Order: sequence, then C-alpha cells, then structure tokens
Amino acid sequence: MPRYFTDEHEWIDVEGDEATVGITDYAQEQLGDIVFVELPEVGTVLEAGKDAAVVESVKAASDVYAPIGGEVIEVNGSLEDEPALVNSSAEEDGWFFKLTLSDKSELEGLMDDKAYKSFLDGL
Amino acid sequence: MSDTASEETKPLPLDAWHRGKGARMVPFAGYEMPIQYNKSEGGGIVAEHDWTRAQAGLFDVSHMGQLMVTGENAATALEELVPGAIASLKPGRIRYTLLLGDEGGILDDLMVTNVTEWIAPEEDEDGNVTKDGYWGEPAFYVVVNGATKWDDIAHMREHLPDDVTLTHLEDQALIALQGPAAATALNRVMRGVPEQLTFMQSTTYDFGELPLRISRCGYTGEDGFEISVPAHQVEILADRLCAEIEVRPAGLGARDSLRLEAGLPLYGHDLTAEIDPVSADLTFALSKARRESGGYKGHATIAAALKDGPARFRVGLILEGRLPAREGAEVFAGDTRIGVVTSGGFSPTLGHPIAMAYVDRAHADEGTELEVEVRNKRLPARVASMPFVPHNYYRGS
Repeated sequence: MPRYFTDEHEWIDVEGDEATVGITDYAQEQLGDIVFVELPEVGTVLEAGKDAAVVESVKAASDVYAPIGGEVIEVNGSLEDEPALVNSSAEEDGWFFKLTLSDKSELEGLMDDKAYKSFLDGL
Repeated sequence: MSDTASEETKPLPLDAWHRGKGARMVPFAGYEMPIQYNKSEGGGIVAEHDWTRAQAGLFDVSHMGQLMVTGENAATALEELVPGAIASLKPGRIRYTLLLGDEGGILDDLMVTNVTEWIAPEEDEDGNVTKDGYWGEPAFYVVVNGATKWDDIAHMREHLPDDVTLTHLEDQALIALQGPAAATALNRVMRGVPEQLTFMQSTTYDFGELPLRISRCGYTGEDGFEISVPAHQVEILADRLCAEIEVRPAGLGARDSLRLEAGLPLYGHDLTAEIDPVSADLTFALSKARRESGGYKGHATIAAALKDGPARFRVGLILEGRLPAREGAEVFAGDTRIGVVTSGGFSPTLGHPIAMAYVDRAHADEGTELEVEVRNKRLPARVASMPFVPHNYYRGS
C-alpha cells in the first residue's frame, strides 16, 4: 500500500479508491500536546488543499488541509476520547479520516517516503 | 500547519543553555525564547506544567525588564505613576501594582520591591559605636513585562522628576524557580534563604562570587522564587539549580497555562491600555488609602468605576468538553454578544478548557451560564471564580 506525503505534513495511505489521512510524526512533534481534534463529518466532500480538520494543542489551534479531494467515509472516533493518540501514534492509530478518491491524478503531486524525508532534512 | 512570521529577535543570556536542552525556541517580546523542551527528556508543555505543579520548574524570564528607581523622593514619585502604596512599602517587601495612563488604562503590570539598604553602624577598635546605622538612599527594584519594557522606561523617564534616577539593569538575567518543591531545592543550594522569606518578600544573597537578588514570588500560582543574577553568569546558577532532583527546565508554554489556571492576567491579552484596573478585577492592586486620596494618573476614571461599577468585567470561564476557546472568541448570552475571550486554553490540571473573558457586568456573576463561539459552534460556558487552581503561595507557617 503506497504512502504519500504533503509539504503541509499530512500522510495518505491509498488502497484502491480509498485513502486514509493523518498528520505526520514531525507535525505532531511540532504541535506539541494535542488536546482536541475536530474531524470532518462523514459525508463531507473535501476539496484538495482546503480545510479538513483542526488540531488543538495546549498552545494553539492548527488547521489540517485535505491533501486530496473526496468524500469522507469514516473518521477516527478514538480521537474524540483520546486526542493524545496523535502524539503517541501519529502515523498509525492516530489517523484522522478516510475518504474516497475523487481524482487519482491528485496523488501525482505528492511526495513518497524518501522525498518527504529529504524534505524534512531541508527544513 | 504554518509558521509564524519571523521577527527581529535577540538571544537571551541562556540561549545556548536552552538549545543544549533541546528547547524549541520561538520569537516572543523581541527575544528567542524556549516554548518547551525536548519530549525525550521529559519535556513538552503538559509534562512541564505538571512537573511545576508537583515539583519545581525553572523558567527563564530574562526578557522581562529589570529597573532600579532611586533617589530621596523615589517613593512619592512612583506613587504618581502607580495606584499602589509605595511610600509605606517596607524594605524587603514586594508589591504588585500597575502603571496607569491618564485615562486610567493599564500601561503595564509590575512588581515593585523596596530594596533600600540598611547601612550598618560604624564602630571603633574598642567596639564603641562611632556612627549609628541608617537606611541608605531609597531604592526600588521594579520588574516589568518584556514586551512593554521600552515603553515603560520611556514613560517613567518622562514623568519621574529629575532628582529620581531610573536605571535599566540590562546586564541582569532573571530566572524563576516555581513549584511546591522550590523551597526544598533552593535550600539545598542556598542554605537558609527560603526560611528568610515568605510570599512577596525579597533579599540579597552572595552565591560564591555571584551577587543575587532573590524574591519569593512568581506568576504560576505556586510557591517559588525569582532570582536576579548577572547575565554573564546565569548559566552557573541555572545548572546548579537543575542539578537538584526536584528541578526541571520549563518553557513559555507551561508558564502560560500555569498562569491561566492561577487566574493571573497576561499583559497584552487580558490587560491593555484600554482596560482600567476595576474592569480587570485588579481592585486589590489599588491601595485602599489611595482610592480616595488619589494623586496618581487615571485616578478620576478609576474612582468613577469604583463608584458606579465598571461596564464590563474580567471573569473566568469554565468550558465543558475538550475544545478550547482562544483569545478573540466571542461570548454570548442567548443571541446577544456580551463579551470576548482574552486568553484561553486547555487546563492540564483540571482536564478541561478554561478561559478569561471580558463580559458585560450583568453577565459577570459566578455561575452565569453563557456560550462561547468557536469556529461557528456555540460551546456552553459557565462564569467561574478564579483562580481555577488554588494558589499555593507560602505565607508563613
């Protein structure tokens, strides 16, 4: 299953026509202790590059953008009770939402694991 | 995620020390300041916050302005600028007070300490007193906010008479050791110092070659000490204090959540030049004797606010759930907008969001049910008494 990354520090796992989205370990580290995650509602149609979720750390609120467009089909309910999952397991248990891909070609502009690593090294 | 725009900043005297401890540095008040330390070494805002509530956190507050006001008439001159009783402040005592504008707006909040020195009597070889002991030139040590210090200095220089001298102690660093274990840890490093002091008292101490001013105060709600130390030697002291098992460095993030839980207003957010002390719920900082006699800037406005009650009032809000309301969030009673949040966040100690807000007086009573709007959602909020977390100051046994 290929994993893609954005320069806004989201990750996307793609399986067929579905994708799972979260924020990267680097992003959670930058945000610090996360106390609340506001997720999109199931059925919302997201547009690539537009607001999709909000992460509240102790310090501040940060927007999370949709890396690709599509309809939200599932959200990670665990984050409601345990937002700190994003800190402890950003790239696995702390996933945000799943969506159907509306346009697979949007994946072309994203980074793979190696490209994202070197992107981080350059920050 | 987006980064804040960079601004012109200077390094603090402890800059390298912070970075060596894995601190994430952010621009604040013209300096690069540690917001939090490395998670792998027990850092992070919540961990540092909890550690300070349970043990002792070491904060670098060297961005704050340290001033000395001296001269025979220093006390009366200061009383024209602040509403606190300075002339009756005994040597070694600290007072929280406010720098006020002509219209009673708060230009800054500050700590004033009477540091007038006792000059020991002189004796001859046989031990006969040849000159009595006496108090030296009146001197007041003033600590002001970092973001406002240059304006404060200009304001004070403009209004203090020529025979009163204002000195900016630019070569002094300031660190704050805060938490229930602060006295225990400090006593191991400087034996006997904590027992000399209760809350809002100050003394001097020679730590080896280092001349220190130690004040039992802080802005976290906990017992603790602020220590003024020559900037080029502050690292020695920071290392020595952090060698104690109770002490860990803590950053600006924890400092902010601690002071919010303690119900302490933050200048530039909960206090501004547009807000008077009565609206800000800082009436305690208006010396009783001077409320009527006046003689300070802004007294007319303040006297009117005391008599008639302010139009709006700083209150604490407790929110349900986990979604914090931040500065700027609007407060509603039904459909009517009746106020605005000036600082808010998630309380690590209480496990739910808390905020400070200014609301119309009619809605300021404790227990009033209100709503706060966050991203077009209305969150239920209740007016609560502050502090949200009880103060733990040491006022003597």
